[in-house]
Amino acid sequence: MSWRGSRLRDEFVRTLMEIARTDRRVMLITGDLGFGVLDKFAQEFPSQYINAGVAEQNMTGLAVGLALEGKIVFTYSIANFPTLRCLEQIRNDACYHQANVKIVAVGGGFAYGPLGISHHATEDLAVMRALPQITVLAPGDPMEVRAATHAIYATPGTCYLRLGRGGEPAVHSAQPKLEVGRATRILNGSEVTVLATGAILKNAFDACKALQARGKHPALYSVHTIKPLDVELLDQLARRFEVIITVEEHSVIGGLGSAVAEALSQMEQPRARLKMLGLCSGFSSVVGDQSYLREIYGLSAKHIESAAWDSYAKPSSGELKAV
Amino acid sequence: MDTYALALRIRRHAVQMTHLGKSSHLGAVLSMADIVAVLYGAVLAKRPDEPKWPGRDRFVLSKGHAGAGVYAALAETGFFPVERLRGHCTNGSALCGHISHIDVPGAEFSTGSLGHGLPVASGMALAAKRDGKNHRVFVLLSDGECDEGSNWEAILFAAHHRLSNLVAIIDYNKIQSLGSVAETLALEPLTGKLKCFGWNVVEVDGHDHAQLASVLSIDPTNNELPTCVIAHTTKGKGVSFMENTVLWHYRSPQGEEYLRALNELEGKSLEG
Repeated sequence: MSWRGSRLRDEFVRTLMEIARTDRRVMLITGDLGFGVLDKFAQEFPSQYINAGVAEQNMTGLAVGLALEGKIVFTYSIANFPTLRCLEQIRNDACYHQANVKIVAVGGGFAYGPLGISHHATEDLAVMRALPQITVLAPGDPMEVRAATHAIYATPGTCYLRLGRGGEPAVHSAQPKLEVGRATRILNGSEVTVLATGAILKNAFDACKALQARGKHPALYSVHTIKPLDVELLDQLARRFEVIITVEEHSVIGGLGSAVAEALSQMEQPRARLKMLGLCSGFSSVVGDQSYLREIYGLSAKHIESAAWDSYAKPSSGELKAV
Repeated sequence: MDTYALALRIRRHAVQMTHLGKSSHLGAVLSMADIVAVLYGAVLAKRPDEPKWPGRDRFVLSKGHAGAGVYAALAETGFFPVERLRGHCTNGSALCGHISHIDVPGAEFSTGSLGHGLPVASGMALAAKRDGKNHRVFVLLSDGECDEGSNWEAILFAAHHRLSNLVAIIDYNKIQSLGSVAETLALEPLTGKLKCFGWNVVEVDGHDHAQLASVLSIDPTNNELPTCVIAHTTKGKGVSFMENTVLWHYRSPQGEEYLRALNELEGKSLEG
């Protein structure tokens, strides 16, 4: 089987089916979304599958009730529906009770770019990360999705898994070991280190490769776990590198960049400066496909390359491209 | 267990707890005291010395603001010492104003924001169905809480999945946060609505223990529909000057009012 072009959501479902086959406690509840994606799961595991209808609050409460009775429940929907629509159920019912509920959102960032702001999931990491007693993951390529699905299954309590959607290319050439709370190093480097989260990882990777061709060697990490953040690694990076660049297809308020800034603020005299690449708070009433929106909001590989190149040359102005 | 005696103790504890903790929602506790007494005194399968006994009936208090009443029932039926009730709503206590399960043996689920209990109870009931278990799941809602859309999502779900092991009880005292239910957001015809949604609906006098015990003693294997018990109640029941008032949703009994309330409940039988 080729990993190339495997969709993150397909990889999630494929992995979950493997898990469901060996553990009958595993259940999948969809909020009436996943056309053509969940059919195989529903057919093979009818007693482990529910379509809860277009009712995300009930879906999440239901998942908690099932989880408290011993099930390991994955809730599934797209964009902001499984998170923001039922935020209080996640906070009070799932997190407070440490319920084994795994919230899966397909379409992080601009994956559903043409559909408009209702489908732009650009604050989900911030909101989920702010909740107590939750683990937050945003894997960067199909192999990381596979590992992350296994990881949240094995992690007790409430987890959030942010997925991309379509045609995400592979970054890893071999299945990486993914440990929750430990960022995965992809490239060694010096002076500048790039930290990326979620499906924007490929753009960050391409940017770093382009810089290598120009004689610069930034390090690259996939920060697939936003919470708990790999503070130990950050402590090392902040001492070893001149500049840390965070890259996220998400608002810079509350996401990876914020999380790193929070960690750096607690360190004594970190050497590294922080440069955040992401979206300023705002709505994109302009639509377009994912690569188009990444381009106009400064998240193309070229933009990341340019920001990193400038970091080698001079201190960053820290300006952010407004949405 | 004499459920009328238990209900009376729940009411007296509630008056004392809201007095000591200077807390609210006494009227809501008095309203449901008989329902809770019948559940804990006669209906729920439970083991106070083994609160997480897998065979227990589940009880979710969705109107979490009335948590004092469930804490009192749990203490009176042996889940934890009655003396702990004095800490309710005071500094450092685990007995939160809205029911919380942490460090409270027997408290099945934490609520406080309305509209959360029924979806969770539906999940518990579905798990029991799928696992072939025969325990029942009870959830107690307020009437004002029925404004929350999440309840109606769960009402659709429970009927669709024929959760016959699920019993939703609505404490229908006709008064919600700022006024009457009828003036705020009318629920009537409530029975008709729930029947249309595919539920088995029973109306009872929510202060009549024989009626309550009868309708709550469902056999989950002998029914095809979820059951809703609409319990007609009086807000503030048992303390004359608290009955049918909005004020005692909020007011904490202090001074003369506290003594009068306790006096009215002293040795009083509310039967009939």
